Amino acid sequence: MSRIDPPGAAPQPQASLYATRQKVYPRAVRGRVRQAKWAILALCLALYYLVPWLRWDRGPGMPGQAVLVDVANARIFLFGIEIWPQEIYFITGLLVLGAIGLFAATSLFGRVWCGFACPQTVWTDLFMWVERRIEGDRNARMRLDALPWSRGKLLRKAAKHAAWLLIAAATGGAWIMYFQDAPTLLGELFTGRASLETYFFFGLFTLTTYGLAGWAREQVCTYMCPWPRFQAAMLDENSLVVTYRAWRGEPRGKAKAEGIGDCIDCRACVHVCPTGIDIRDGQQLECIGCGLCIDACDDVMGRIGRPKGLVAFETLANLAASEAAAAHLAPGPVRQVCGMKARQPVRFSRPRIWLYAGVLGAVALLMLGAFLLRDTATLTVLRDRAPLYVRLSDGGTRNAYTLKLENRLRGEPALALALDAPQGFRLVVQDSDADADGRPLLTLRPDAVTQWRALVTAPPGLRLQESTPVRFRLLDAAGRTVLSERSVFLGPK
Amino acid sequence: MPTKIEKDAVSGRDTTGHEWDGIKELNTPLPRWWLYTFYATIVFALVWVVLYPALPIRGATGLTGWTARGAIVGEMAERANQQAPMLDALRAATPQQILADANLRGFALAGGRMAFANNCAGCHGAGGQGAPGGFPSLADDDWVWGGKLEEIRHTIRHGIRNTEDEAARATMMPRFLADGLLKPAQVNDVAEHVLSLSGRAADQAAAARGAAVFAENCASCHGEAGRGNREMGAPDLGDQVWLYGGDKAAVVHSIAYSRAGVMPSWNTRLDPAVVNMLTVYVHALGGGEAE
Repeated sequence: MSRIDPPGAAPQPQASLYATRQKVYPRAVRGRVRQAKWAILALCLALYYLVPWLRWDRGPGMPGQAVLVDVANARIFLFGIEIWPQEIYFITGLLVLGAIGLFAATSLFGRVWCGFACPQTVWTDLFMWVERRIEGDRNARMRLDALPWSRGKLLRKAAKHAAWLLIAAATGGAWIMYFQDAPTLLGELFTGRASLETYFFFGLFTLTTYGLAGWAREQVCTYMCPWPRFQAAMLDENSLVVTYRAWRGEPRGKAKAEGIGDCIDCRACVHVCPTGIDIRDGQQLECIGCGLCIDACDDVMGRIGRPKGLVAFETLANLAASEAAAAHLAPGPVRQVCGMKARQPVRFSRPRIWLYAGVLGAVALLMLGAFLLRDTATLTVLRDRAPLYVRLSDGGTRNAYTLKLENRLRGEPALALALDAPQGFRLVVQDSDADADGRPLLTLRPDAVTQWRALVTAPPGLRLQESTPVRFRLLDAAGRTVLSERSVFLGPK
Repeated sequence: MPTKIEKDAVSGRDTTGHEWDGIKELNTPLPRWWLYTFYATIVFALVWVVLYPALPIRGATGLTGWTARGAIVGEMAERANQQAPMLDALRAATPQQILADANLRGFALAGGRMAFANNCAGCHGAGGQGAPGGFPSLADDDWVWGGKLEEIRHTIRHGIRNTEDEAARATMMPRFLADGLLKPAQVNDVAEHVLSLSGRAADQAAAARGAAVFAENCASCHGEAGRGNREMGAPDLGDQVWLYGGDKAAVVHSIAYSRAGVMPSWNTRLDPAVVNMLTVYVHALGGGEAE
C-alpha cells in the first residue's frame, strides 16, 4: 500500500508500532465532481449558519426561533412542531430515518456521505480552500513548509490560523445558537453578558472545529471514525464506488512509450487526494469516495487526447466484466472499446435497496402516523399509595388521586371532570372551580402540566369490593369526552 | 518484545514479530499523535490528583480545596438563599393567608410534603395514613384536637402531653379500673354502652346499665351523646374511626387503664415557616376543616 507521496522513508530495520504522520498536501482541482462538492458545501454551510436565524411566531412568552433546542424548559421546537421530553422518540425516529437513508445511499453510491456531506469533509474542504488562498497550492505549500522560519512564512502561517480560528468561532457560535435565541445570544456573546456555560461550549466547539478541520483532517476519517470500518457491509458489487479501471490503465508508463496502457503515471490522482492515497491500489479504508481523483484524471486524459473515465464512479461488477472482456487484449483503443462494451447498466433495483426503501418507508409512515395522531393533551391519574384508602368517621371510604394534565397547546381550555363510578360515589377536586352542573372545572395552563388532587368518597353502608374500577373523564363545553383515564378505587380487604 | 520481524508475503507489510502457535500479527502502526493523546490523558490525571481530592487519605484535599461535602454545603446554602424570600413570606403569613395565595400554597404543599416525610412520617406514616396504637390518621375527617388550620398548627407547635412545652395539649383520661374509680362490671357495662354509640353493642342490657355510668363518669369530657370534645382531646365515640382499635377488648383497655398518646412540640425544632408549611400540608391531606 503506497499511500504516501512522495514515498515514505526507506523501511526501518525495526518496525515501529507508531506511525509518524505524513502530511498531505492536496492539489486544487477543477471538474464536475469538484463543482458538485462546492455546491453541496455551500448548501450545507448555508443551512448550518442560517437556520438558527429563521424566526417563527409562537405568541407572547414563547421562543420566536424556528429551530430551537430549549434545554432549560425541556422543549424542542421545529417550526410549528413542539416536542416534549416524553416525545423524544420523534427525534429518535428522525435519527433512525437518517441512518437507514445513509445505508441506502451507501449501497447505491458508495461513500457519498463521507465524500460530500459529512461535516468533517465540508469543513476540511472549507479550511483547505482558505489555506490555498493564503499559502498557495500544493507545490507552494510544500515549498513553504520546507523553508526555514522567516518573517514572511510566519505572517502567512499566522494569517491562515487566524482565518481558520475565525471560521471555527463562527461555527462554534452557530452551534450554540441552536440552543439559545440567536439574536439575543449574539449580542450577549460580544458584550460579555452570556453565561459561563455558553462561553465554555462556544470555546469547545470553536477549538474542535479548528482542531479537526485544520489539523486532524484525514486522520479523523482514517483513525477516529467508526463509519469507514463498517460501511463495507453496505457495499456490494453493484454499488457505485470510486475506482481505477486497471484493465484499461495498466501497464502504466510514459505516454509515448510502446505497449503501455492509458495510465501515464502522472500521479495527478494522488496529488489531489485529501486523504493522500493512491486510488490505483483499489478499494481501501482511507478512501472517502469524494471523487476528486476522477476530476484530476479526466483533466489529464482530455489533455493527452484519450477517453475520460480511467478513474470513475463504477461498480465492482462492471469492473470485473470489463476486466474479463479486455484484460487479455493489447493496450489501445480496441481494448478500451471492448472493455466498455462489456459493461452492464448499473443495477439500482436490488433486494437490499428495496429492503432499505421498505424499512425507510415503514418508519416514515409510522412516524407520520404517530405524529398526526399524537395527543395535544394527556391526562394521567396517579392513585395515592399511602394511604391506600381512608376510613371516614361516618364509615365511608375515601381514595385520593393526583391528576396530571399536560396541555401541549397554547390555549387555556377549561374542562369539566366527570367520574364513572358506582352510584353514590362523590368526587371533589381540591382548589378547583365548579361548572354550571356542579362538576369540578379544571382550567389547563397553556403549554404546561397542571396538577390537581381529587378525592373520591364511597358512601357508608355500600358493600365495597377490594378494588372497584373507576374512570375519570374530561368534558369540553359541549359535553363531549376529550380525555379519559381508568383507575381503581380501593377499599378494605 | 518483538523477536523476529518479517515481511508478510501477501500484504507486503511487516509483522510485529509476535507469534502465537504459528499465527503472526501484521504491524498496523497507530498514529503517533494518538499515543501523545494518551500521554496527555496521563498528564491530565496527574494535574487532577494535585488539584482535587483523589487520594484515599483523610484530609488529602487538592490544591483547589474542593470537596464533595463542601460543594453540597455550598449548593444547599445557595438553594436556601433562593428560597429565603419565599420562606420569609411563609413565616409572616398565617395558614389562612397561605391557603388563599396560590403561589404560597403551592410552595407550602411541596415543602410540607418534604418536611412531613422528614419529621412526621415516622409515627403518622407516609401520606399521614396513621398507624395502629394511637398514631392517628391525618388524612381522614376525624380529629382528636381539631382539624381547622389554627388547631392543627397549635398541635404541631406545642405537641401533646409532652413535658417540654407548657402549652402542650395536656388533658388526661382517668384510669377508671386501675385507680379504683369503677368496678370491673361497671367497666364492662360502659364499654358495651360505648360500642352501642356506633351501633355495635352485643349485650343491650349491659349497654343500658352502662348509660348511667357513662353519664356520671365520661360525659363531662366525651359529651352526653359521646360525640367527643376537642377542647379536652376527647375523641368522638360515636363514629367509625378508632384510634386504638374498636373491638370490645380495646375499648375495655382504654376505660380501665386510660390512653395517653404523646407528641413532641415542634416549635423549638422547626422553623415557623416549616410549621406553617406542615399545617397547610396536613390540612390538605383530605380531612382539613374549613374555618
